[in-house]
Formats: sequence, C-alpha cells, structure tokens
Amino acid sequence: MTEIVLREALKRGLEEALENDPSVFMMGEDIGEYGGAYAVTDGFLKKFGPDRIKDTPISEQAFLGAGIGAAVAGLRPIIEFMSISFTLVAFDQIVNMAANLRYMSGGQISVPMVIRAPTGAGVQLGATHSQSFETWLAEVPGMKVVCPSNSYDALGLMRSAIKDNNPVLVAEPALLYGTKGEVPDEYYEVEIGKAYVTRTGSDVTLISYGYGMRLVNEAADKLAERGVSAEVIDLRSLSPLDMDAIVASVQKTNRVVVVDTARRIGGIMAEVSAELQQRAAEWLDGPVMRVGSDDVPWPYNRGLEREVLTDADDVLKAVAEGYGL
Amino acid sequence: MVNPTKSSSKSKSKPAKSSKNGKSGAVGPDESDVAASTDHRELFRQMFLIRQFELACGENYSKGLIRGFLHLYIGQEATGVGAISALRKDDYIVSNYRDHGHALARGVDINRSMAELFGKATGTSKGKGGSMHLFDVVKGFMGGHGIVAGQLPLAAGLALAQQYQKTDGLTMCFFGDGSTNQGVYHETLNLAAVWKLPVLFFLENNMYGMGSSIERVRAGGIDFYPGLATYEIPAVEVDGMDVLAVKEATEIAVERIRAGGGPQFIEAKTFRFGGHSVADGQKYRGQEEVKEWETRDSVVAFPLKLIEMGLVTKDQINDVKAEVYEAVAKSVEFAEQSPNPDPKEIHNDVFA
Repeated sequence: MTEIVLREALKRGLEEALENDPSVFMMGEDIGEYGGAYAVTDGFLKKFGPDRIKDTPISEQAFLGAGIGAAVAGLRPIIEFMSISFTLVAFDQIVNMAANLRYMSGGQISVPMVIRAPTGAGVQLGATHSQSFETWLAEVPGMKVVCPSNSYDALGLMRSAIKDNNPVLVAEPALLYGTKGEVPDEYYEVEIGKAYVTRTGSDVTLISYGYGMRLVNEAADKLAERGVSAEVIDLRSLSPLDMDAIVASVQKTNRVVVVDTARRIGGIMAEVSAELQQRAAEWLDGPVMRVGSDDVPWPYNRGLEREVLTDADDVLKAVAEGYGL
Repeated sequence: MVNPTKSSSKSKSKPAKSSKNGKSGAVGPDESDVAASTDHRELFRQMFLIRQFELACGENYSKGLIRGFLHLYIGQEATGVGAISALRKDDYIVSNYRDHGHALARGVDINRSMAELFGKATGTSKGKGGSMHLFDVVKGFMGGHGIVAGQLPLAAGLALAQQYQKTDGLTMCFFGDGSTNQGVYHETLNLAAVWKLPVLFFLENNMYGMGSSIERVRAGGIDFYPGLATYEIPAVEVDGMDVLAVKEATEIAVERIRAGGGPQFIEAKTFRFGGHSVADGQKYRGQEEVKEWETRDSVVAFPLKLIEMGLVTKDQINDVKAEVYEAVAKSVEFAEQSPNPDPKEIHNDVFA
C-alpha cells in the first residue's frame, strides 16, 4: 500500500495507459505545455511527446468530436475538460454523436473514449464553473459515468474507463484532488457499474458519491457517537447505476437518505429515490429522504456558496426528520 | 435567385479532358479511351442509380412504407459521384443527413440501404438508424449524421487517427452551405488546419439551408471558398453539375492531402431539385429558379455528352439504365420482403 492523493492516483492511471498502449493519447486545453489546469497531466508532454499529449485550441466541440472520430478509427483518446461546466459546449458531440453512434449504426461502431472533467462547487468559482453535470450525462443511453471519491477508486475506475469500449465520463471531484488515500502496489481495477458499501451498519443507509462521500462519512461518524449505526454506500458509477446494491442495503436498514452535492432537482439521487420507491417501498419505515444543494445558480460569495452546498448537518437533519434518529 | 449558368462560368476547375470534342474518332479508340469509356459509364451508372433510388424512396414515402424525415439527393448526383470516384477504398467518408447518394456512390449495398429506409432488420443499421443514419464501416462509410455540421469534428478525428497511425489515407467530409454558420464548422476548420489533418472538406453548396437561401442567412454572399484563406486551407470552387469537373478537382485535392499538404476544401455549386425533405412545399423559392437548374441536370446531360463525344453508344447507356431500373426495383422488393427487427433487438447495440 502507498498513500497518494487523488490527483496522483488519476495521474498514475493515465500514465500507465500511455506507457502500455500506443493507441492511448490525450487531448485537451493546456494539458501539455501548461501541465493541466489541475496539474493532473503535469510532465506528460515531456515524457510522451506532442503527438500523444495534444494541446488543443479552446474548441470543445471540435476536439471532443475529433476524439470521437479517433476512437471510431480504433484509437483510445482521453479527453480532458477544464471544467465539467464546459462539457455543455460539447454536449451535441457527446450526446448526439458519442453516445448514439453505436446504436444508430446498428452496432457497427464503438467509441472507446474517456472524457475527464473536474466537477463540483466549493471553491468560489461562481455559476459557470461550479456545476455537476455528470448527473445529466448519466441519463444518456450509451454513456457510462463514474465519479471516484478516493484515491483507490480513482485509479481503479480510471483503469476500467480506459479499457472500456464505450464513452466513459470520469467526473473528478475538484475538492478532492488533494485528498490522500491508500492504493495497493499490485494491479487492480474497479468495475464500472458497481456501488461499494464503504461502511456496514444496521439502522440507516446513507448513499452518495464523489465529494458527497466526505459528508456522509462525517455524518455517519456523528451518528455513531449517538449509537446510530449507519451503512454507507458510494455509488462510484452513476451509469450504469447499481440499484441492486442499494436495494439490498435498504432491505437491511429499512431507512435511507440519499445525498447529492449537485442540485436536487433532476439529479441522480432523484433517480435513486424513484427506483427505491418502486423497488423497496415495503421495506422502508419512512420516506426516502433526499438531500441536495439548493436549486439556484452557484453563488460566488463564500458564505452563500457554503449555505447552498450540501453539508453533513443537512444529512443529519434528514436522518432526524425522516426517521427520528 | 442564383443563376446556374453564371455559377458554372465562374467555376475555377479546368474543363475536363473528355470535353475535347470527339478526338478519339479520328484515330480509333486507344486503350486510354477504352478505360475512360468504362469510367464514364460507371460514373453515369452511379448517378443514374442514385436518381432512380431517390425516386423510388419518394414513391415509397408516399405509400407510407418509408417514414420519418427523407432528404433526397436529386439534382446533386454529379457532385457526390464525382467526389467519391477520386477516393481509395481505405479512405473514410463522412456524410450529413442527405446521405443516400454518398452511400450509394461509395458502393454501400443498395438492398441494405433501401431496407434501412424501410426500417427493416436487413438494413445497414438493422432498422435502428433510418434515412439520416446510413453506415457501412466495411466500406469506410462512416455515417449519415443528423445534426447540421455535427459530423465535421468526427471527420477531423478519423483523419487524426489516419495521421496518428501514419497511413496515407484521408477522410472526405460532406456538408452543406447550412453547416457553415455553425460554430463547430469554424472550430473544425481551425483544428484541422493547425494539426494539418488529412481531411478533405467538401461543401455541397445547394444554395439553401432548408428553406433559407444563403443571401438571407449569410453575410458575404454565396461563395464560401474565398473565406478559407482565413484558415490557410487551400480552397477551390467547382461546378457541381459537372461530374468530370468535380472528379478532377477532387483528384487534385486528394493528391495534395496524400502528399502531406494538410486539409483541402472544395466548394461544389449544386442544386437540389426537390425540397429540403419530402415534406417541404418549397414556398420559399420560385419554380423558375428550379427549372433553370434542371436544364443542367447532370443525369440527363452527362450521357448525352458522352454519346456526342463518341465515348459511349446510346445502346450502352440504355443497358446501364436497364440494369439500374432492375437493381432499384429489386431493392424495393428486398426491403418490402425483409422482416421487421425483433423487439429483442431494442436493448442491443447500446453498449459495446
């Protein structure tokens, strides 16, 4: 085991793929000379050269679309977006092209491409740089969407994403890049589409992903102090969504709080709630409690942003409101 | 209104060799004439095949056997056929939603193409794609794409792979004048130029983006090729109603790309004789303009020219026509008789 920060784990996954597979290359804004906006690709240009570490113009549609073309022709491009908010500029390419191509070609085409993007609020970047659109892309058939909450998953999911023959969005929680975690020295992968029970418990299930895991872990610690045993689930994949793992946990605890740091309305936890309602209603002792950030554009001011962003207290409040714990 | 003869007179392409009138008659046909005759017959066969295929599509749309949007290529045959005839088998082609002509010119199976339009299991995309989404990866025909200009970066990416893999293949990308006002058009031209990608941007300027004439939606007039200087991409204009001129202009561009010259751009002035789709009543333009362009119909004019030049006989043309009529009739029969996709297919092909 080695302890590394999440940024380093992502970097290791990218680096070993570049070393081992000549069909892997990277494109993005300022990933080369500059070293990447969040320094994930720092040093790559020198090591792998400009053919494989391609600095692009600020043309998200063109370079994301070019990634699709390269993938269709048999390469394995990894595309970096500087912010997940910028994927909106390329949504036509991601949704209409990358996700649809296989189906509308009757299975003739595959798009083995990884899209990486920092996601989430919390560092006062204002409305256009703080959003969490992994939740939008999770509802697009043909797309896979993952979001690691720790270094182990970051490396394991990155390995799986690069090997996958479909377009995979790896949403990287911007607030967690510097968070340390243990990573095994031997090779492993984290399967896409599998949630993980990070803590077993018997009284209530707390479900989140990405940065939200920090909050639910904090909430679970506080609940434990009061003698409430929380089971914690990390989705890890938003698409495919591992509802079986979620339902199994709820059948055990009979109580559930779903926690999103993205906005509430229409988010992935709305989907989890609806599915739980249908598949586990008879097991539940109360309503599916949903926690998410306020449905407003992200404010710049630190105090306002903190207020809007979900925190551990919001989780505890929901546990109390829903189940009197 | 656009005057087709004016447009053709502005063409930068040189008259094709074959337009030197009837030289071969004096000395008897030599080997190159025989080859040229075969080539010309093939060009005519493809143009006539597309025309008849499209007419059959329209007819079957009226019968309700083809549904959805149907964008016909009638009038533009010389452009697609001339352009694609200059390619190699290992090159890629990317098309837009008016893709039947490009697919057929590339040699995509006519039966499977018609079956796709009928939504049948035997279609190129097993009935999941439809008219706007024909694909045949084996033929390097990388789609039919439904979003205006959305296919351009795909083409750049295919070309990027060709460059990365150090092949001398190239990617030909078709798009219409309507595409040129999309941001992604400009993004892709710049990207391709900066990276010197082996891509041939082929603009089929048919003067209308759906119901909007160029003059109504574009600052700068009806000529696009001069604007490519901005991107330092060599660009030429060609008469899209003249299959040989298109072929020659494309051959020159293809040669430059293979020699490492980076992206090239061809603007073919052409015209769709029908509406944007079969649902279009064409309220936005006068029939005079359409009739004027129809006088230059390449599917009619080209065989007459070949006969006049002594390169083919009337009988040979009639043989080609008979062969085409039969192939198209058979494709409709094939499509009609093919089974619908099994509902079990619904969840297949979402993921690889």
